[in-house]
Amino acid sequence: MKILVPIKRVVDYNVKIRVKSDLTGVDIANVKMSMNPFDEIAVEEAVRLKEKGVATEIIAVSCGPTQCQETLRTAMAIGADRAILVETTEELQPLSVAKILKALFGKEQPGLVILGKQAIDDDCNQTGQMLAALCDLPQATFASKVEVADGKARVTREVDGGLETVSLTLPAIITTDLRLNEPRYVTLPNIMKAKKKQLDIFKPADLGVEIKNHLKTLKVTEPPKRSAGIKVPDVATLVAKLKNEAKVI
Amino acid sequence: MTALVIAEHDNASVKGATLNTVTAAGQCGGEVHVLVAGHNAGETAKAASQIAGVSKVIHAEGEHFAHGLAENMAAQVLALAGAYSHILFPATASGKNIAPRVAAMLDVGQISDVTKVDSADTFERPIYAGNAIAVVQSLDEKKVITVRTTGFDPAAATGGSGSVETTAAVADSGKSHFEGNEIARNDRPELTAAKIIVSGGRALGSAEKFNEVMTPLADKLGAALGASRAAVDAGYAPNDWQVGQTGKIVAPQLYIAAGISGAIQHLAGMKDSKVIVAINKDAEAPIFSVADYGLEADLFVAVPQLIDAL
Repeated sequence: MKILVPIKRVVDYNVKIRVKSDLTGVDIANVKMSMNPFDEIAVEEAVRLKEKGVATEIIAVSCGPTQCQETLRTAMAIGADRAILVETTEELQPLSVAKILKALFGKEQPGLVILGKQAIDDDCNQTGQMLAALCDLPQATFASKVEVADGKARVTREVDGGLETVSLTLPAIITTDLRLNEPRYVTLPNIMKAKKKQLDIFKPADLGVEIKNHLKTLKVTEPPKRSAGIKVPDVATLVAKLKNEAKVI
Repeated sequence: MTALVIAEHDNASVKGATLNTVTAAGQCGGEVHVLVAGHNAGETAKAASQIAGVSKVIHAEGEHFAHGLAENMAAQVLALAGAYSHILFPATASGKNIAPRVAAMLDVGQISDVTKVDSADTFERPIYAGNAIAVVQSLDEKKVITVRTTGFDPAAATGGSGSVETTAAVADSGKSHFEGNEIARNDRPELTAAKIIVSGGRALGSAEKFNEVMTPLADKLGAALGASRAAVDAGYAPNDWQVGQTGKIVAPQLYIAAGISGAIQHLAGMKDSKVIVAINKDAEAPIFSVADYGLEADLFVAVPQLIDAL
């Protein structure tokens, strides 16, 4: 069984982002870019399924500019066997990405697609579900545990108030939550090996996909700042302030 | 122009997040209808018809809706979608699971975590974990939206007089089956709906200490319990208590953070709280930069004192 792992190149989670002064977006020039952390968990999960003998081949996919090749090399250093870049400099919204992935799903015929639940830049949390809908496949979002056997995936999901377990007939789409696994560190020998692995490049048009935007960003602003309040000397003062000033207890 | 709100419920009652979503739907400019798709959910549909501002409830009944599986729920919404300009879900685990599926089947974009409705086609939503706010305009005829509940006041649960109409249920997809769940049962308010939240961080040091120190404070205040990601990762508190970018987004009247340093990730989940109290012995902790009242103290001393003083 093949596993397709779509990954996104995003601003590194440690970077404190700045809104551009002309309010057209967030300044991402010259900032560190990394693999979306949830996608790293997805790659790790796929590699573990291969190590268990469930999967035979892992294909990492990314959609975006040529620099995404670096991110794909990282995925191959973690353990993906080969990679596909669907190269475009156009703005990609989740539905367009899902359409590209649908085309690749048709081409590669994987048994599972595992991807992050959301990207930490646009925070959309849409692509996996959209791909499932377009391919008419079952989905398990926010996975914290994945078991694959007998043509089914048994997935424990993080839901409000606790956990839920669903069983999906393969092929299926899984999106990862934070605690599914802890991705391994990539080692130097594996980084070297990843450089030799196959990386194919397509254009969206090669896959018959037309990029279309459904949302127009009119403006990006800083959130309202919350100013620091006061320090109180002791618990008695705190309780008095909460009762008499804030009136919340 | 009519908006359809997909009710979140447990077949017995409508969940609170539905009420905030109804408010957002009303701001889109037209009538508000509510879909209750469930199993033995007749009473829930009736209850939904009492929500202020709802003119009609559509009730779809079937065993395959009992657990809100995305495949079945999305198909049911799609069957009704033709009549609506806006389709809104609460931005909860359930709503986020279903909404993009509906949008893709309609070949429209989806607008996630809307915090403000500027007009029928323009919305505000946080990006980069709330470190920036995007104003976005939908270019689609139909808008599929998830609503961040902290951005909207809840509609009154009673006082409305909507009609209830039943609709034919779509068939079970058969590709996905619910096997079971572990939902924590307790008397505490739900984290996302609580008026007061007391939240603990890594400084608690162990699951036992977390329980010993934080639980009595929550009991005293009738509060929900929350935790920082560090505390959850360390195993001091269950996953679903996590407040932050990747956990729950909360905005209670009072948020008490004890032993939480205030990573950006955490602040993204609670900075819209009305009043924030921080108890931390590190004077430089970033949490103090957003706290209305900061108490520089050892939480193991201060929290018991606080319980006594309340």
